[in-house]
This record gives sequence, structure tokens and C-alpha cells, in this order.
Amino acid sequence: MISAGSPEAPVLVRREWCKGCGICIAMCPKKVLEAAPDGKAVVARPDDCTRCETCEIMCPDFAVRVVAKRAAAPAGRREAVADGR
Amino acid sequence: MAKSIDEYLRTQFMPHIWCPGCGHGIVLNALLRAVARLDLPKDQVCVVSGIGCASRAPGYLDFNTLHTTHGRAIAFATGIKLANPDLHVIVVTGDGDGAAIGGNHLIHAARRNMGVTTVMFNNSIYGMTNGQYSPLTPSGMFAATAPYGNVERNFDMCELVRASGANYVARATVAQARQLSTYIERAIENPGFAFVEAVGSCPTYFGRRNKLGSSLQMLETLKKNSVTAAAAAKLDPAELRGKIIIGEFYRGDAPGYIELYDGVIERAKEAAGK
Amino acid sequence: MAGKCDVRARLLQGNESCAEAALLAGVRFFAGYPITPSSEIAEILSARLPQLGGKFIQMEDEIASMAAVIGASLAGMKAMTATSGPGFSLKQENLGFASFTEVPCVIVNVQRTGPSTGLPTSPGQGDLMQARWGTHGDHPVVALYPSSVAETFDLTVKAVNIAETLRVPVILLMDEVVAHMRERVIVPCADEIEIAWRPRPTVAPSDYLPYDAGPDGVPAMADFGTGYRWHVTGLYHDITGFPTSAPAKVDHLVRRLEGKIANHRRDITFTWDEHMDDAKVAVVACGIVARSARRAVRLARGKGIAAGVFQPKTIWPFPYEQIAEIAARVDRIIVPEMNMGQLIGEVQRAACGKCEVIGHFRVDGEPITPEEILARLEEV
Repeated sequence: MISAGSPEAPVLVRREWCKGCGICIAMCPKKVLEAAPDGKAVVARPDDCTRCETCEIMCPDFAVRVVAKRAAAPAGRREAVADGR
Repeated sequence: MAKSIDEYLRTQFMPHIWCPGCGHGIVLNALLRAVARLDLPKDQVCVVSGIGCASRAPGYLDFNTLHTTHGRAIAFATGIKLANPDLHVIVVTGDGDGAAIGGNHLIHAARRNMGVTTVMFNNSIYGMTNGQYSPLTPSGMFAATAPYGNVERNFDMCELVRASGANYVARATVAQARQLSTYIERAIENPGFAFVEAVGSCPTYFGRRNKLGSSLQMLETLKKNSVTAAAAAKLDPAELRGKIIIGEFYRGDAPGYIELYDGVIERAKEAAGK
Repeated sequence: MAGKCDVRARLLQGNESCAEAALLAGVRFFAGYPITPSSEIAEILSARLPQLGGKFIQMEDEIASMAAVIGASLAGMKAMTATSGPGFSLKQENLGFASFTEVPCVIVNVQRTGPSTGLPTSPGQGDLMQARWGTHGDHPVVALYPSSVAETFDLTVKAVNIAETLRVPVILLMDEVVAHMRERVIVPCADEIEIAWRPRPTVAPSDYLPYDAGPDGVPAMADFGTGYRWHVTGLYHDITGFPTSAPAKVDHLVRRLEGKIANHRRDITFTWDEHMDDAKVAVVACGIVARSARRAVRLARGKGIAAGVFQPKTIWPFPYEQIAEIAARVDRIIVPEMNMGQLIGEVQRAACGKCEVIGHFRVDGEPITPEEILARLEEV
């Protein structure tokens, strides 16, 4: 059920879950993703992926996964926060 | 390294019922990443919801899950937490479910400082019933039941819940998904009643009727309209019109109901022994 | 009080009897909202539950109380609430949720004269039908109805047991008069009464199907937090617990829910009667009116009238078979009740024209006296 640009692709898109909203495509800072003719996301430029995970975090459908994560964060480290305090 | 959130999904029911581009998925994703970072055992997590679009979330989650009646999730959650204080009880509610029909339960759970985490998925509209205005629909916006514009004022949920006595109160929009996830994580960790308002978007009903563009454009608007609490403090009311103030508004450690009731049990046993 | 328990006679108020019986039956959670004439139950349990390590909470409203009770039951505690007419109305939606999701709980409704705020707090018996059909949709429910303080004790224990074994909300309908009067009760020891628990799963969590019932129609129930992660929803659901709208599954569920009560009908039907063997006229009455009926029948016998009295202690499911059998051998059934005719409809349904059925309705907030019933028995 998982499709990707290549077997080594750092980003996977589950086509069955993707509803083609285009958020991941627009939010990717490196334009790794593109829309297929049906609007669903496909991995077009896997080599450009910096594994920032924005696509995965912003996907409303749980359809995008960054499979090769960056090195593990140190224990207790939070996600980046700018909470204005 | 944190677990994959796939582990928390009942994947057999995916894709979920939410519309393309619905902000609810982003909020749920943030919630699951918070659970993953906290590494909570699935058996010890209980997710409770009411009725509405947001309240369909528990069905997709591999925890102890309870999809209750409209507005009543927090009251059900209260019973669960009292009966088994070891459970991490998380309420998922919408703005109609939690601020209108369930508003009374929300303020009283906050007043009691009941050990429940509530995440309000605020999409400014009743989505499940096709777009009527809610107590969080901003004034002047259009809805299925506000064809001439909403004349009601919307609640500031965070102020309301803070004033009611909650131990943790924060707000972020889905345009700040990382920040949102951190707030939910802290909310779960914080003892007593914790509340996170997650401002999202309903592109189907709220967006279309108010000509707010695609889900992507709505995300951009949320981002543009977000103002941190610190920045907001320097703005006057006119400048704040239409803005969404984000941030952690309160973190406290007042004793919660659960621990206070432990004291009641002690005193009662003592009295019975006399 | 550790050590040997002595069976002892105590002078208890009806509400007190209910509270003490609930504790003996294992109730450890109560959520409620103040309302006369049931408040003593909450007051007593607020003191007694924490002594036993249980939990009491006064919620913000009646709806929340019912919700908290269901939540506590799902997390493994025997749970109950108590209310009166207006509060019973407010609880109905969540009561339906408990019935549909099969969460054991007990709801005490100390009736007062309705409708609306009515006569606070004079007795009335206007909630019989609400107990059966107060919430929307077809749903199973059980209702028990004591006529004395001692019966309140006994039926409260039974209510808890039935709620657990059949996984159904059980309503204890009480009359204000019974709730507030004091009578002698022989309080049993915990080891002298049967105490039931919900059926537990015997399979591993991975094989658990939360709504897969055996032949008796009652599925096994796992408590939240014990490793069985299941889904509870007020939507139609299949044996997995997850929502479905498949017509065959919808049909199966609603029929199973009705069927599980029908399957256990004999075990949960409690009645009392006197002088029925040779009776030509029967009085069918419940609650405090059954007490007046008993007295009336004894007086009538003294006057040579072949009268008998039959008291359904289980109101729902209604004892249709027993009433039908009575209707077949008496000339007349008199149904005195403190409403405009609720019990009588079921009696007529059961009698099915086999005898005359006459109602005697009193709706002025005063209990029906034995003399009133005697007067009806003397009419031929």
C-alpha cells in the first residue's frame, strides 16, 4: 500500500490514505513532493529531502511518512517551540 | 527515539472520515506525536470524545476509546479518571461539543482541577451537521444558521478555562503543528485539569461559506493571523481584531481533585475507625 | 468492625436502606446531583464510600452524573446514581447510551408527583413508562420497584447484580413514601448475599471481541486499563465494537439487546402475592400502593370478598405471563396507581380481555389509602 519514488526514498506516501489536499506538497521547503494527475502526492525529488518531517507533521491524513528519520533527538528534547513567553 | 505514531492508529479503518485538508487530522497527528514522545503505554491511555467531527477521532486510535454523547465527554472522563487514576485520560472535543453543549462540564472539570487533558479541536463551525455557527465562530462570519453574518460574540476558551481554575492552558493553531504537539505533551504531563485549544480549519463548511479559499490558503491565513501572547501584550484591541493569540497562558501545580480526594478517603477511614 | 458480621435488625430510612444495600452489593462509585426526595442517598454515600476506598462526586448536573457513572463502570467500578423525576428526565440520553453500549449501572429514581417540577415532593407513580421508554430508540432496560424499606434493601442488591450480570442499566423505582419512611430491616452479612460481577473475557486481548455474545446474549466486558483496548460508541456497532451501518448487523444488535433480557426473564422477575389462590377479584399494584392493597385485601377477606393482591416487584420486563394467568381465573382486576393510568395499560395487555380490568387513579399528591381500594373491592 506504500508507494514512493524509489526504494530508497526517505518519504513514503500511502496513496490509499492520501486525499490530495496538497498541503505536504506546498509546505515542503525542498519541493520533494508533487501532485499526481489525481491530485495525490508523489515523491518526485527524493534526493532533495532534508528529513525535516514537515510533510509528515502537516499531513491531515497520516498519509506521509519520513521513513529515514534524522538522528535520534537527545532524551527529553522537545519539538521546537517558540511559545512567545 | 520516539515511537512511530502508526503504532497508535487502528490502521484498518483508515483513511479517516475527515474531508481533504481538514485541520483535525493535523491536530490528531500532533496529539499522537505527544503520546509517542511521552512513550505512554497504550493500555494506560484512554481517549474520550463526544459527538461531532473531532469526536470521531477515538475510533481510529488504538487505546481504550470511548465515543460518548454530545457534549458529555468530560463528564464521562471524570468517572473514568476517578475509578482508575492510573489512566491518562484525554478528551477530544470540538468547539460545538465542548464550548456549547458541553461548556458546563468543561468549566466544572477545570474548577475541580480534575486530572483530565482536554484538547479542543476548534474549527469554528459545526462540521458534522453541515456548518451551523458555534460559540467559537467569530462575529461577522457566515454559517448555515448565520446567513446574514454571526451576531454573537465568540468565547475566548483559554481565558474561560483559565478563569475556571485549570492547571494548564495553551493555544496553538495547526499552522504551528510542532508547537501544538509540545503543548499537548505538556498538558498530558501536567497534573490537574489541562486544556489545549487547537485552532484548525474546516475548508468544507467554514471555508467555503466565508470564501476563505483552499485548505492550504486557510492554513496560511491561520499562520498570518497568529500572534504570540508576548507580542499580543503590546498590541491594542484594534490591532488584535481577527488575530489568534497563541502560547502557553498558564502552567500551575495546584493540587488536583484526585489527590485531594485521596485525602478525603484517609479522613473517612480515620473517622470510621474511631 | 473487622471480624465476624452479625445479622442484625436495623431501623432504616428507605433511602438509607438503598445506600447501605448498594455498598453491600459492591457499589464503589456514586455520582449525583442534589434533588429531593433522593438526596439522602447521595449524602449517605458521600460519607460511606470513601470509608471503603470508593469514590463519591457531586457533579455539575444530572446529565454529568449519569455520564460519570458510565465512565466509572467502564473503568471497573460498580457504579450508581440517584435522582428524582426532573433529574431522571435529564439522565435519559446517557441512560440510553449505557443501555446500548451495555455498561452496567444502577439508577435510583425516587419518584415525585410530576410532570415538570410538579409537587416537590409529594409521592407519585408517574415514571413507570419513562423508566421503560424514557430514552429514544429500542433499548433494553430493567426496572425494580420496592414497596417497603426491607424490599428496598433486597431489590437494591438485586439491581446491582442484574446490572452486572446482564450488562444493563437497572432502574430502581422508588416511591417518596418508601424513601422517607423508617422501617425494620434485617441487614444481611456480605457473605450471606449473592454478589455478582460482569462477565469477564476469558480470551487474550488480541482475540477479544467486545460485543461477541454467547448464547445468553451477554458479552464479556473488560475494564479500561486492563490490557483490552476496545472501542465504546453510541453508534451502531458490530461484535468488534466499531461502528457499522450494515443492515444485518444493525438488526442483529437491536435484537440481541432485547433478547438478552428475554433470555433471563425468569431470573429477574420478582413478584409477591397474597390470597390469590381462590381470588375472584385481584388487585395489581406496585410500590407503596401495594402496601395499601395488601391491607385492603385483608379487610375485604374479613368481609367475605374473595380478593387477592399481586405485586410486581419487577416492573420491566413486565410480568405479562403471571398477569395473564391471573386474568384467566379472576372476574376482575383492579389497578390502583398514583398516576392517570400507566400500570393498567400493561395489565390490560396481559389480560387480553380475559377479565374486566378497572383502574383507580389518584393524582393529588396523596397516597392511595386501603379504604379507597376496599371501596373498589366492594363494588360488584
